[in-house]
Amino acid sequence: MEWFDNGWGLSLVVFTPLVGALVLLAVPKKDEETAKWLALFTAGVSLFFAVVAAFRFDFGDAGALQFGTKLDWIPAIGSNYEIGIDGISLPMLVLSAFIVLLSIVYSWDHWPEPHNPKGFLILILFLATGMAGTFVAQDLVLFFIFFELVLLPMYFMIGIWGDKSKIKLPGFNKEVETRLYASIKFFLFTLFGSAFMLLGFLALNFRGGSFSIPELAQMGADGQFTGTFAFLVFGALFLGFAVKVPMWPLHTWLPDAHTAAPTVGSVLLAAILLKLGSYGFIRIAIPILPQEAKQWAPAIAILAVIAIVYGSLACLAQTDMKRLIAFSSVGHMGFVMLGISTLTPVGITAAVIGMVAHGVITGMLFFLAGSMQHRYHTRDMARLGGNLKLMPILGGMLGFTAMASLGLPGLAGFWGEFMALLGSYQPLEGLSLGVFRTAMVIGAIGTVLTAGYLLWMLQKVNLGEPKEEWDGHEFHDVDRYEMAAWVPLLISIVAIGVFPKIITGAANDAVQSLMDKAF
Amino acid sequence: MVMSSLLAGPAILAAETSEAVHHSDGGVLAAGAWLIVLVPFLAALAIMLFGKRLPRRGAELAVAAVGFVAIYGTVLLLTTWFGDGIVYEGAVKIGQFGGFEIEWAWVVDGLSIMMFFVVGVVSTACFVYAVGYMEGDIRPTAFFASFTLFAGAMLMLVSAANLIQLLIGWELVGVSSYLLIGHYWEQKENSSAGMKAFLVNKIADIGLMIGIIIAAVTVGSFTISTIMEKVVESDAALDDVAVVIAVLLFIGAMGKSAQFPFHVWLPDAMAGPTPVSALMHAATMVTAGVYLTARMFPLFEHMAHEALTLALVIGTITLVIAGLLAIVQNDIKRVLAYSTLSQLGYMVAAMGAGAYTAGLFHLFTHAFFKSLLFLGAGSVIHAVHSNNMTDMGGLRKAMPRTFWTFIIGSAALAGLPPMAGFFSKDEILASFNEGGYPIVLALGVITAFITAFYMTRAVSLTFFGEYKGHGHPHESPAIMTVPMLGLAGAAAVVGFLNVPGITSSFYNLVTTRLVPHELLGEHATSFDFTALALGLTAGVLGIIIGYRLYFPDAATQEERDRLRIPVLWPLLENKYYIDDLYMNGIVNPIKGPVARFINWTNSYIFDFVVNMVGVSTRGLGRFVYGGLDQRGIDLAINQAGAGTGYLGSKLRYIQTGKVQQYAAALFGGALVLVIGFWISIT
Amino acid sequence: MTIAQFLVVSAALFSIGIYGVLIRRNAVLVLLSVELMLAAVNINFVAFGSYFADSTAGGQVFALFIITVAAAEVGIGLAIVLLIFRNRASANIDELDALKW
Repeated sequence: MEWFDNGWGLSLVVFTPLVGALVLLAVPKKDEETAKWLALFTAGVSLFFAVVAAFRFDFGDAGALQFGTKLDWIPAIGSNYEIGIDGISLPMLVLSAFIVLLSIVYSWDHWPEPHNPKGFLILILFLATGMAGTFVAQDLVLFFIFFELVLLPMYFMIGIWGDKSKIKLPGFNKEVETRLYASIKFFLFTLFGSAFMLLGFLALNFRGGSFSIPELAQMGADGQFTGTFAFLVFGALFLGFAVKVPMWPLHTWLPDAHTAAPTVGSVLLAAILLKLGSYGFIRIAIPILPQEAKQWAPAIAILAVIAIVYGSLACLAQTDMKRLIAFSSVGHMGFVMLGISTLTPVGITAAVIGMVAHGVITGMLFFLAGSMQHRYHTRDMARLGGNLKLMPILGGMLGFTAMASLGLPGLAGFWGEFMALLGSYQPLEGLSLGVFRTAMVIGAIGTVLTAGYLLWMLQKVNLGEPKEEWDGHEFHDVDRYEMAAWVPLLISIVAIGVFPKIITGAANDAVQSLMDKAF
Repeated sequence: MVMSSLLAGPAILAAETSEAVHHSDGGVLAAGAWLIVLVPFLAALAIMLFGKRLPRRGAELAVAAVGFVAIYGTVLLLTTWFGDGIVYEGAVKIGQFGGFEIEWAWVVDGLSIMMFFVVGVVSTACFVYAVGYMEGDIRPTAFFASFTLFAGAMLMLVSAANLIQLLIGWELVGVSSYLLIGHYWEQKENSSAGMKAFLVNKIADIGLMIGIIIAAVTVGSFTISTIMEKVVESDAALDDVAVVIAVLLFIGAMGKSAQFPFHVWLPDAMAGPTPVSALMHAATMVTAGVYLTARMFPLFEHMAHEALTLALVIGTITLVIAGLLAIVQNDIKRVLAYSTLSQLGYMVAAMGAGAYTAGLFHLFTHAFFKSLLFLGAGSVIHAVHSNNMTDMGGLRKAMPRTFWTFIIGSAALAGLPPMAGFFSKDEILASFNEGGYPIVLALGVITAFITAFYMTRAVSLTFFGEYKGHGHPHESPAIMTVPMLGLAGAAAVVGFLNVPGITSSFYNLVTTRLVPHELLGEHATSFDFTALALGLTAGVLGIIIGYRLYFPDAATQEERDRLRIPVLWPLLENKYYIDDLYMNGIVNPIKGPVARFINWTNSYIFDFVVNMVGVSTRGLGRFVYGGLDQRGIDLAINQAGAGTGYLGSKLRYIQTGKVQQYAAALFGGALVLVIGFWISIT
Repeated sequence: MTIAQFLVVSAALFSIGIYGVLIRRNAVLVLLSVELMLAAVNINFVAFGSYFADSTAGGQVFALFIITVAAAEVGIGLAIVLLIFRNRASANIDELDALKW
């Protein structure tokens, strides 16, 4: 297993899907079966190696980069192929490979229009490489490339397989197709952030003379980046990551993108893509610029609680189920950002587990919403109702997942929320107690609002008698592909809730050592 | 290689069992007490997955699970009673956040054993009963799964050795109550009632959550025994925030125990099936707040007397207003629901008065007789298919077992000797008296009277006179009446566990804890005869007046009453006077305007506020979404896009397509450059 | 002779060429004007080449290149003009604005 530990293992996790996608290009468009099995196989191989990495991971030394390598790549600019994972990357890496595999399983029999499984699967596999790559990259250029790599497939996924209905936008005279509007908005928004992020990366390179994240972090801990320079660089990185998270008020691309995206697109977007932003904060912005992070932390905390309350209130006004879930992501990522802003081991570990939990829970919610739309051909909650009666298993799963989403203790969502609040009662020394404790109280109120809109959604969609328009309709309950994709998610929701060590066992030590180095 | 490493597994994921923190005795029995929590959860899961394929749709698994808990609890109870007293804490580490260890930890001490026993026994009775009651229900499997989860969540709450597990159990109780209250979710009222319960609890849980956070950060651990150590040491850091912590925790307790002003959810929770109400009102859920206060009592007692005073005030308000409300109800379950509120007020007020044992003892006895009463009510409802007491009457002959057990329960609730409620209520009143709270004592006594009064009314309307409903009611099947008989037996005898000056078994039980006895309040060693007389008088008086008012053929009863009570002649002497006074000066006003007013405030002030908060929050949500998000932020984004397009549309006129114009521009540009160079050179 | 005299001639020729390119409407004349500009450049090259006494005769060589390129350019240019004239019966470049927005 020498080869595995020397970088090959991680490279396999990252690039198998890419190779799979390239091979898929050669498969004739009509041969859907081959395409599906090939995609499933490559995603499976990727997940397999990710799991092997988890098993071989040295948890006693979770703070160190493992399975890493550093090869010359673009010597002209001093960028290397430097990869490696620590206890923070590991859960994210496994999560992304896991969700990709489940997405392919789910897609098996649920192709959004205009069909074309080959193209769809190629996009999923491209996404897989981009997502996994972001979590293993230890070089800023490499990170940036992977970070941007996810943009295009998602753009096409929304733009081609997205919602074709027309919407009227304020400020526009003509109606536009939802999918076009959403995909463009998504792309431009993210690109806007990325441009600043790249500027930040370059600035770091000019000052530090390296693109290597560990080396820069060491310089940051030694206090090499200070003054206006560091403040501006952090601002640039902040913009790049905050758009992706998304933080209030940069969130407006999210509801549109989620609403328009095909089911699997929404799932991948919610489960993994949003995490790239918060992961960037933990991996890059904070370790490299710790003193600046301290200056920015109260602002981040305030924006985070605004997101929590704002997202929840906006949810209460929704009529579209997918849009509601999308807004709930704004609130949940608010908790993640609140945890990060405390700059304490408690808060950041909470953020890591919150990220994973949000990934599985919201991913599951989007799967369910997508399947419901598939059956009812509407997302309008006023027309739904009595879902639990028409489809008991699907309705039961929706109820369960909504409970998980509202942060029910014993399920995955609880730890991230509660521990983030706990962290904000006692943030890093030197941060304003007043701001953070106020944030804690508002965040706690946010949990009630969260419970409110989710229960309200359940009441509208799941409970009551079915509407008359569905009389005589035959609804088939959860089919076997859906079952195969969902049951693993449900199990992980319970498992993480009951035994959070699955995540914290690796993450906590890694976060601790990160914080020890930085502060 | 890969396979072997896969089989070995990541070592870190193995759960570390920490050493049992404290050993007294109990051995395997206490160390294995985690089974009490695990078995119901596993049963709930199994029912959900396989229940539909079982002959009784999962009910058998549910009964087996709680039966196991009841037996385990009883064995533990007997062991600790006849042994030296078990105090044990076991823990399994399940995670770590920074310096905070997260553990599944179970505490086995007198307090938790008492709760294991109560929850186990009462649940078993309710579950067995439910097997009969839910016969033919549309969703028995879902019901029994949620019901088992409900019991399991409560057991997790009471077994928790740390605050975070307590919070987990706490919220799971909330969510399973949501499922059970909304069991008939086809009707919107029912699902709304479930939501109301969940959300009101959730609001109060903000207090609990923040209280736990402050306590954990101050002490550096979630473990309750660690916090208690700091309390005993009079730790300065904890002392600074103790009042805040205690008040916040108590706010959480107010939610679960439905104390004023959080009491609004409980009457609506009647929407669930009757066995749920029985369990919810007796052993689980509403007792959680009292249990939390008891668990953290040393903190309150030693460092946060202000919070105890708050508890006393809140408890007193609740017991009075809820008691009054019970009088005007026609729904038999609502009468019982308000009486639960009122009794919870007693428990909380007792805690507030520093009477740890008295509060818990009332919790203990109340669990038996209140579940009995609900089961009886359910039996009646099952027979007449109506909740309304005006549809009942004369059921005494048709349903003899239900009648007699109901009578025992009512007597216990009314505080009649030798029923259990007599002893526990007396002890509470005594604690008010000894603590020097005359107003509270007075209100407690008045409420005792009210309690007896409305129970007499309920009994009279339900079981006596002519039957006013439809069909021919029959006695319920044995599967329903046997649990009632069992509970009736318990309601009759458990009071003797703690007779001041004679036995102190219960006191010894609930003070078998790690904390020193002096932090667990005073214990009465003899009867407080003032309180005893007051309480008993109130109870008897209540029954008499209720009887006088509501018993059929009251006129002839009146004569008999006058003959029958010569023993208490001073009272008899004032009988008519009191009667008239009550009729014209108290009962009518209370029954009429005052109770109606209280009922009105309940509906038009508290409910109204709750509803308005909901409605206005939705409105705010609409505004934030429609006004700010869509018309504010989104508009700006869209305008930025449109602006770029506009600029382009204007600038494109430069592209004339005329080559000569381009060339002219080119040469002009070259000229500018040349001139620029010229100037820069010279 | 001084270099300035050559440069003056070259500049005059170049300006006449620019004038022709910008003002004339007939495409053929525009092409001829371009030729004038190229000739001006050639004069410059040869003059400078001789002035600096370049041992590799770079100026003269470049002049030869330019003459070749100019011939090719005029060939293609005239061909295009001819085609346009056949299609549109006009060689007026004011009418040729297909690249307009």
